[in-house]
Amino acid sequence: MIRTPLRPLARILEARASGENPDAIERENLRIRHEQMRDASRGRAEGRLLILSVIFFCAFGVIGARMGVLAATEPAEPRAASTGSAILAQRADITDRHGRVLATNFETHSLYAQPLQMIDKERVAAELAAIFPDLNQDKLLKDFTGKRKFLWIKKKLSPEQKQAVHNIGDPGLLFGPREMRLYPNGKLAAHVMGGASFGREGVHAAEVIGVAGVEKYYDDLLRDPARQGAPLALSLDLTVQAAAERVLYGGMKLMNAKGAASVLMDVHTGEIISIVSLPDFDPNARPSPLVEGDASDSPLFNRAVQGVYELGSAYKIFTAAQAMDLNLVNNQTMIDTGKALRVGGFNIGEFQKKNYGVLSVEDIIIKSSNRGTGRMALQIGVKRQKEFMKAMGFMDYTPLEIVEAKGGKPLYPERWTDLSAVTISYGHGISNSPLHLAAGYAALANGGTYIKPTIIKRTGAPEGTRVMREDTARYARQMLRKVVTEGTASFGEVQGYAVGGKTGTADKPKPRGGYYDDKVIATFASLFPAHNPKYVLVVTLDEPTETSGKKPRRTAGWTAVPVAAEMIGRVAPLLGLRPEIEPGELAGITLTSN
Amino acid sequence: MRSLLYIVTALAVIGLAFWAYRENYQTQAEIAKTEQINREIGQARARLTVLRAEWAYLNRPDRLRDLTEVNFERLGLLPLRPDQFGKVDQVAFPQPIEPELIINNPVDVSGMTGGEAVTRGDGVFP
Repeated sequence: MIRTPLRPLARILEARASGENPDAIERENLRIRHEQMRDASRGRAEGRLLILSVIFFCAFGVIGARMGVLAATEPAEPRAASTGSAILAQRADITDRHGRVLATNFETHSLYAQPLQMIDKERVAAELAAIFPDLNQDKLLKDFTGKRKFLWIKKKLSPEQKQAVHNIGDPGLLFGPREMRLYPNGKLAAHVMGGASFGREGVHAAEVIGVAGVEKYYDDLLRDPARQGAPLALSLDLTVQAAAERVLYGGMKLMNAKGAASVLMDVHTGEIISIVSLPDFDPNARPSPLVEGDASDSPLFNRAVQGVYELGSAYKIFTAAQAMDLNLVNNQTMIDTGKALRVGGFNIGEFQKKNYGVLSVEDIIIKSSNRGTGRMALQIGVKRQKEFMKAMGFMDYTPLEIVEAKGGKPLYPERWTDLSAVTISYGHGISNSPLHLAAGYAALANGGTYIKPTIIKRTGAPEGTRVMREDTARYARQMLRKVVTEGTASFGEVQGYAVGGKTGTADKPKPRGGYYDDKVIATFASLFPAHNPKYVLVVTLDEPTETSGKKPRRTAGWTAVPVAAEMIGRVAPLLGLRPEIEPGELAGITLTSN
Repeated sequence: MRSLLYIVTALAVIGLAFWAYRENYQTQAEIAKTEQINREIGQARARLTVLRAEWAYLNRPDRLRDLTEVNFERLGLLPLRPDQFGKVDQVAFPQPIEPELIINNPVDVSGMTGGEAVTRGDGVFP
């Protein structure tokens, strides 16, 4: 760059010649140079400002555009990764102890209508009524032509029905996906399963909720997504349950009984292998509960758990066991049952006014003497008997994991007098469910520990509470065995399984007080094999009558016992129990009374 | 020197931008693929549930009992009874099966020895 000199010589000389001040020229030139410098720097600054403003404009423009885009788009989660496994929104399956399905889910469709979109309402109503016989054509047409904008027509459709509705081809008929609960085995274990229905319903999905049984008890667990649909394994055995239901149904019909119940329980783990209550129902189409009359007449009523009955002489063994456990008697102690027993102003008599005379404790059980156990109960006393009954679980509802269990609250006298003690000693005056009785017998069978019955599969035996000594339980089992070999339950013998048990026949109480003469509850509580018990089976028949003889027979020995024996013969092989020769009683272990 | 630095930096920025762009799209493609597979797993599970339900339905004890009754002539199936338990000693040991044909003079069928194939076997091959 050529700079203009501040004092150009030509002009200086010219100025000097004309007498002017040459300094003015220098100042003038300096001023011009300063102005040029100022203009240049201003231009640069303006350029910078322009660039900066462009940058700012772009930045704010981008931010503004982004805000606009965010405001205008649908919100969505940023996708940084894909989840490992989709959450199963399904209700978990229920299986038996070997993993066979008892309850599962099935995808189906529901049918709803939007009458506003419907074209030919009359034809639709007519065709729907033809597909679903339970729908009323006139009512449908009224609904379609009325003010309603939406109505459910069917909650569950089979694929065939869905196709048929498709074929109507009306845009006002719409389907929504549904997940329904399916019990593939039908009536099997209906009372345990209970049933399920829809809770909150939307067009696209509906909540499946349990309404009874395990389904309701474990509703939260079955619906918990954290379990990832892991099935709930019950302690039931599908085959055993089916065989037990079959045998019990046959027995119920043969004995002309109104209802029947059976409980098969593992004595060491407390698991219920099979629990039956007849009549039963199909949980796929659960009937509605009775609105009037006796609830126990409904098939929904679970006799094995909810039905509390006075179960009669089957309790005698508990009295004998407690008396032996308290060292008041041993199994050979002689008790006079011939003498009249008068307690609280009541005479205690024997069945059919028999008189057995002097009997040993063992024979009292074998012959089922009311006076004998009554005398033992008086020796035990009210307080100790009550404590024992409490420990055996006879005074609380059973802890079985179905909602109905709480309905089976035992009935017992509020004032436990000597008379109550005597009647309770032979099973009157206290009402329990067959399940209570099974749990009590399990305590005798497993050597004296009370184990809470459960419907859930267990691994290993839980720790029970000791209610009696081991030898007491062993003597009690020997007595129970003799009831079958020598006593009232002679029909209960099943070759190879050494059944031991005690019968109980109790008159049914009238609703207004007093007892019926011709209506009984016949019970047989048994354990097998008696020398090394593995299972307890309780069979109860409601109002049985055995009519093969001249007079109708109602005692448990003629009704419940043969049914139980048949059931053991069917069920024990299925449980993998091999028939065994019963080991003989060793000489010298029998206690003598001297 | 300085301009070289600028050029290298600019190239690095372009390269990194390209790499990030590619990674981004690859990730999205992978995510879409995973979701597709998850969907397929879900469908397979649903199908499996249906099949399991159908299996349980077809194997329900009532149906099997009816089927054994219908096919009693052919199958002769009865409920398991206690007397059907046996001992291992009661089961006969399977007799060793004599081979029906002893081949001691093998036949050459490959034709490797030349000439026509000779059949000198004392029987037919099973």
